[in-house]
Amino acid sequence: MTTEVQIQPQPATTPAWAMLRTLGGIALLSGLLVALVYQFTLPIIAENQRVLTEKAVFRVLPGAVTKRDFVITPEGGLAPAEAGVSGELIYGAYDAAGQLLGLAITGSGPGYAGPVRVMFAYDPDCDCLTGSKVLQSNETPGFGDKLDFDPDFLANFKALDARLNAEGTALANAIVTVKHGTKSEPWQIDAITGATISSKAMGRAADAAAQHAVPAIERDLAVLASPPSP
Amino acid sequence: MSRGIEIRTSPHLKRVVTVDKIMRTVVLALLPIAAFAVWQFGLSALLLLLTTTGVAILTEAFFARVSGRGNTVSDWSVVITGLLLGLTLPPGFPLWMAAVAAFVGVALGKALFGGLGYNVMNPALVGRAFVQAAFPVAITTWTPAFAPGRFTEIIPSTLTPPFMQPIPVDDWVAGLNLDGWSGATPLAIQKFQHIETPLMDTFSGMIAGSAGETSAILILICGLWLAWQRMLDWRIPVSVMAGAVLVALPFWLLDPNIYPSPWFVLCSGGLMLGAWFMASDMVASPVTASGVILYGLFIGALTVVIRLFGGLVEGIMYAILLANALGPLISSWTQPRVYGSK
Amino acid sequence: MSELLNPQEKLTPDTFLRGLWEENPVFVMLLGLCPVLAVTSTTLNALAMGLATTFVLVCSSLLVSLLRHWIPKQVRIASYIVIIATFVTIVDYAIQAISLELYAALGAFIQLIVANCVILGRAEAYASKQRLHTTLVNSLGMGAGFTLALLALGTVREILGNGTILGVSLFSPDFQPWIVMILPPGGFFVLGAWLLLFNWLRESKVRRAAKFTGAPADAR
Repeated sequence: MTTEVQIQPQPATTPAWAMLRTLGGIALLSGLLVALVYQFTLPIIAENQRVLTEKAVFRVLPGAVTKRDFVITPEGGLAPAEAGVSGELIYGAYDAAGQLLGLAITGSGPGYAGPVRVMFAYDPDCDCLTGSKVLQSNETPGFGDKLDFDPDFLANFKALDARLNAEGTALANAIVTVKHGTKSEPWQIDAITGATISSKAMGRAADAAAQHAVPAIERDLAVLASPPSP
Repeated sequence: MSRGIEIRTSPHLKRVVTVDKIMRTVVLALLPIAAFAVWQFGLSALLLLLTTTGVAILTEAFFARVSGRGNTVSDWSVVITGLLLGLTLPPGFPLWMAAVAAFVGVALGKALFGGLGYNVMNPALVGRAFVQAAFPVAITTWTPAFAPGRFTEIIPSTLTPPFMQPIPVDDWVAGLNLDGWSGATPLAIQKFQHIETPLMDTFSGMIAGSAGETSAILILICGLWLAWQRMLDWRIPVSVMAGAVLVALPFWLLDPNIYPSPWFVLCSGGLMLGAWFMASDMVASPVTASGVILYGLFIGALTVVIRLFGGLVEGIMYAILLANALGPLISSWTQPRVYGSK
Repeated sequence: MSELLNPQEKLTPDTFLRGLWEENPVFVMLLGLCPVLAVTSTTLNALAMGLATTFVLVCSSLLVSLLRHWIPKQVRIASYIVIIATFVTIVDYAIQAISLELYAALGAFIQLIVANCVILGRAEAYASKQRLHTTLVNSLGMGAGFTLALLALGTVREILGNGTILGVSLFSPDFQPWIVMILPPGGFFVLGAWLLLFNWLRESKVRRAAKFTGAPADAR
C-alpha cells in the first residue's frame, strides 16, 4: 500500500497557467472546428432553405414553375428583392408561359404552443386567398396536423375573401376564425372541432399576412405582372 | 369457543365490516343505475357494462396471478371499478375501446400500485382519462336516449372491429327520425348555446349523456341508501355538491342568460354520479374528517370552473383525479391535534 | 498516475455490449430522459436523435480520452462542456444541411444534446480515465444502446399513435390512432412499459440463476 502512495504524489495545486492553457487550447480547437463546419455547410443550408421555400410556394400555387422574390418598400409598394435581403418576402409565382399565377405571402399567429407560421396563396384576380401551407408550428400532433390535411378545413382556403377597402389601405373585412359550423361570410374560417386554438392561429396568420401584403400587391400589380428576367 | 365472558383488546367492534361486504353493498347500490342505463340506451349499454366489468375482472385476476397475491377478485372491488367505468362512457362507445379503458384503469390505476388499498386514484377514472386522451372523438360522440328499437338493435359504433375507427352513427341516428336531436348533451347545449334543458328532464334522466350519469334522482336515491347503510362518507358527496353550488351561484346571479343555474349544474353531466360514487372512493379520498370536506369542496368547485371556463364540456373526472392526487396532502394538513399536545 | 488509480480496461466484447444491455443508458441508468420522452413520437425522429447523440458521444469521448493527461481536474467539467458543445454545434449544422424538415421536427432538442447527462457521464466516468481504443468501443456501445432505446419508444409510439412505421402505413385507413401516444403522456406510458418489461426480465433471470445454484433469490 505505502509504495503506491509514494509513487503518486498529488501536486498541491495545479498552476493557473496550466488551466488557462488547457481551456484556451480547447476553446481554440473548438472555434476552429465550428468555423470549418460552418463554412462547409453554409451554402448547403442556404440551398436547402431556398428549395424548401420554393417547394412551399409551388405547393400553395400549383402549376407554378418559377418564382421571384419581392419586398415591400417603405412607400408601401413592391420592389424586386436583391440577394441577401432578410425579412418577410413576397413571392410571385409564374407558370411556364411567364404568366403571373398568384402570390405567396406569409404570416404568423399565436397558437396553442408558440407561433404558427403559414404561407398563403393570394390570387389578385379574385382578391382572395386560395391555398395554405403551414411552415412552422409546434401544435399538438393529431390536432395541429389537421391544419394542413383536414379536407373540410382546407376548403376554407379555396376562396377566402381578402378584398381591400375603398382606400386600399387594409382589408375590407378582417379574416376571422369562427366556431365550427357557423361560417356565414366568405372572409370567415370554419374552425376544426377540438382544435379551435390552432384554427384561430391560422385565421390570425391569414389576417396578418393579407393585411401586410395585399395593399402593396394591389398597388404594384404592374411590377408583378412583368415576366421574370431570365 | 365458550360463550362466557370474552376478553379482547380494542377496537371493540359490535359488527364485523369486511371489505367484501362493503364492496358488495356498493355493487348493489349501483345495480339500479345500471338497470336504468340499459332501459334507457338498450342493448349497447348492456354490452358496454358487461365488457368493462368483464375485462376489469380478467385484468385483476391476471395481475393477482402474476404478482402471486392470491385471489383478489373475490373482494368485489374490481366489479365496482368495471361497472363505474361502463356507466361513465357514452352508450355507443366502441367495445374494444371500453376494453382498453378497463384494462388501463385496473392495470395502471390499481394493480401497478399494489392493488386495493394502495391506489392513489380512482381506477375507473384513470381508465376513462386514458381513453379520453387517446380517443377524444369517440368519447364525445353521443347517441339519443330512448331510441326506438333499442332492445333489438345495437348502436353501430358499439361493434367496431378492434383498433379501427368507430363506425359513424350519423346515418343510424338520422334513420331514427328523432326531432330536435343535435348530437349534443344538455351540458354542451348549455355551454355553447346557453339553452338550459328543463330541470325535470335532467333530474329524471330523460336526456342524452354517458350511460349511467343521466338520472340525478336515481343516483341520489342509491347514494343516500348507501350513506344510510354507512357504506360511504356522506360528507364527501354533500361537500362536492356544496362546492359546485358555491362557485356556480355568483355567476348565475350575475348573468343567468349565459351561466347555468346551480340546480342545472347539480343535475347535469356526471356530477351526481361522480360525487356519490367516485369522489367517495374509500381508498383515494383523505382520511380526516375536515379533510374530506376540503376535498369535496375542491372537487365541486373545480368541476364548475372547468365547465364554465375550460375547454372541456365536463370537468368532474379531472377534478376528482386531481383531488385524489392531493388526497394525502390534504390528510396531512388536517391531522387532528392529539389531545394534550401542542 | 491515474493508470494505477483506474486500472485500464482490456478491450473485450463486453466493452461494447455493456452499453446495449447491462448498463443501457436509458433502461438501466435512466439518463438523458429529456430527449427520450420528447422526440420519440416518430421512428424517424428517434433514429435521427439517436444517431446525432451517438456522434456527439463518440467524438467528445475520443477527444476527452486523447486530452486526458492534459486536462487539470479543476477545470475538467468546463473542458468537457466546451468539447461537447463543439460537437453539438457541428451536428446542428449537419442536420440543417441534411434536411431542414428533420431539423424543424427535432427542434431545440438538438442543441439540448449538450445537456444530455449520458455524454457528460461517459466523459467523466470513462473517457477521462481510459485509453483511446476502449473509449471508442465503449462510447459506440453506449450510443447504440441509447439509439436502440429511442427506437424502442419511437416505433411503439408511432405504430399506436399514427398507425405507421417510418411513415409507411401498417393498417387499413380505418385504423384508429391512439392520440395520447404521440402526446407527451404517451412517452411516459411507453417508457414505463419498457422499464417494466426490462426489470421483469432481469428479475426472472436472477431468479432462474438462483434456482440453478440454490442460492437465495434476490432480485437486487
